[in-house]
Amino acid sequence: MSILVDKKTRLVVQGITGREGTFHALACRDYGTTVVAGVTPGKGGSRHEGVPVFNTVRGAVAKEGANTTLIFVPPAFAADAILEAIDAAVPLVICITEGIPTLDMVRVARFLRGSGTRLIGPNCPGIISPGKAKVGIMPGHIHKRGKVGVVSRSGTLTYEAVGQLTRLGLGQSTCVGLGGDPIIGTTFVDCLGLFEDDPATHAILMIGEIGGTAEEEAAAFVKRHVSKPVVGYIAGQTAPPGRRMGHAGAIISGGKGTAAEKVTALRRAGIAVVKSPAEMGAAVKKALNA
Amino acid sequence: MKIHEFQAKAILAEYGVPVPQGEVALTPVEARNAAERLGAVVVIKAQIHAGGRGKAGGIVLASSPGEAETAAERLIGSRLVTHQTGPEGSVVKRVLVEERTSITRELYAGIVLDRKAAMPVIMASTAGGVDIEEVAAKSPEKVIKVAVDPATQLQAFHTRQLSFGLELPQPLQGAGVEVFRGLYRAFQEKDCSLVEINPLVVTADNRLLALDAKINLDDNALFRHTDIKELRDLDEESPLEVEASKFGLNYIKLDGTVGCMVNGAGLAMATMDIVKLAGGQPANFLDVGGGASAEQIQNAFRILTSDRSVRAVLINIFGGILRCDRLAEGVIHAVRSLRVTLPIVIRMEGTNVEQGRRMLGESGLNFITADGMREAAERAVEAARRGKRRS
Repeated sequence: MSILVDKKTRLVVQGITGREGTFHALACRDYGTTVVAGVTPGKGGSRHEGVPVFNTVRGAVAKEGANTTLIFVPPAFAADAILEAIDAAVPLVICITEGIPTLDMVRVARFLRGSGTRLIGPNCPGIISPGKAKVGIMPGHIHKRGKVGVVSRSGTLTYEAVGQLTRLGLGQSTCVGLGGDPIIGTTFVDCLGLFEDDPATHAILMIGEIGGTAEEEAAAFVKRHVSKPVVGYIAGQTAPPGRRMGHAGAIISGGKGTAAEKVTALRRAGIAVVKSPAEMGAAVKKALNA
Repeated sequence: MKIHEFQAKAILAEYGVPVPQGEVALTPVEARNAAERLGAVVVIKAQIHAGGRGKAGGIVLASSPGEAETAAERLIGSRLVTHQTGPEGSVVKRVLVEERTSITRELYAGIVLDRKAAMPVIMASTAGGVDIEEVAAKSPEKVIKVAVDPATQLQAFHTRQLSFGLELPQPLQGAGVEVFRGLYRAFQEKDCSLVEINPLVVTADNRLLALDAKINLDDNALFRHTDIKELRDLDEESPLEVEASKFGLNYIKLDGTVGCMVNGAGLAMATMDIVKLAGGQPANFLDVGGGASAEQIQNAFRILTSDRSVRAVLINIFGGILRCDRLAEGVIHAVRSLRVTLPIVIRMEGTNVEQGRRMLGESGLNFITADGMREAAERAVEAARRGKRRS
């Protein structure tokens, strides 16, 4: 089956007329995603690469029945774009933008609560259900349809994992990029729950990194609620404390959020954790054969 | 982004938080003059970003302008090594000359972001002047935490909870409330990631005073704070990191000999990890980003090779939109124009991989290609081991 994105996805791209928006809207469409609209304030009424453009998200939803949005809006305006999508009651919002001020995301997180919207990201590569829909910037061709659910805080490290899985003949049900920021819309726990309930997913690979407590919370959740095999890798075993390692959320603060702590928590929950990023695919294969 | 104590105090003062009277001095004579203006009996405080200054001799009492000058003379230009600076320490460029205060109590007041709750959390504790993380770990009941919901913002009951939590006497309750309001407004309006007063003191003459202040700012928000951007102290950053930031490269210098060039922060961290697993030490974290244009590749090489401890370079690029033939082109060009002689191990995945590898092979340059991260790491570690020390 897959989770979150599939053939029923009707996608609106916010920021479609920008360079990134254009490129990726077309790439998603080429992959097979149903792209129904774009939003660029001021360009409503026009068509961009064959896609009708609207001034507002509400307009796109009302006219084209969009149920998912993909946001390519610069950091200064991205939180506003997310808020607009939530206000328009779009059920799934995926925000690619890196660099959104953290306090803007505090406001977004508040607005999300009690709304019917699920936010993925920001600062994420998006979601792909191979063979069905791609809503993001990942290279579609490395993916293969199959039984492994992948959930990760990273972008290219996720592609690395997918490459390994595909090469081993292990396809993916859905790959979800959660994003590298300290405040994100959807967590490991959320995705693990969705994967556990998805009949097409038989094993789960979770890729974490230093900073925050999301992996520890995931471990506790897995212990109580996940029956499918889970494999994990935590990036940043060699990261120095106190430094932001690229991702705004990848920082060891006050001694907390180290890779070692996360690995321990995952192992205690029965998750098979690999030390080497080169072993992610092999570990999933082993877990599926066990 | 980090700023100095004197800058943090200036910001807090703008928001009505009481701070000691003080002046920044760049020379011993300036320190002397400042001491004279401040009433002779002062504290000389080295201004470096890292904490732990007191134990390292970076905070000195002076009982006369002459002593102030002597203390400043010893500190300014010296390299202060604290348990937070690392062995190389930080060069002290200026000192803060402050009026000395008689302290009766040391408290703690600060604001951090609670990632899980997605809200700022204000913390207050009667255990001030010590490591708050330790207090939170050993005596959590001594730390009062108040999460501020963006829907309500800071309310009077929040500030009362904190102020009463500090066990302030009745006459100081109002002042306590003002401190928390000032802290919160500063946090919100300046887009901080951390605001901390440790210690917040009650003086002998019954005033509340922020004796030390620390503010960290959200890098993502600097675009909307030109005044804050100007507070950046490039001297506190590693020169290579400053250079890299000019090119928009995410670079952090480490201690090892294997220079890493990767696209994507998670993959870059994983690459550092696998280098270590292969028995080597990464020389740096470097994320060239999604574009990895020829120019960025060249800038990245320039930065990496400027680090004299690098004996081999490991390029690990997983291209999506990025084409491997384009990447190969950029790398060949960079190596040629910069005349890089270091061994370079390249592992590429993505579009046009075969074409990229062919180009590298036919370039006549000494590239070592690798299949997969493990092989790449092993070859790079081996190359670094065999590599000569660079002068």
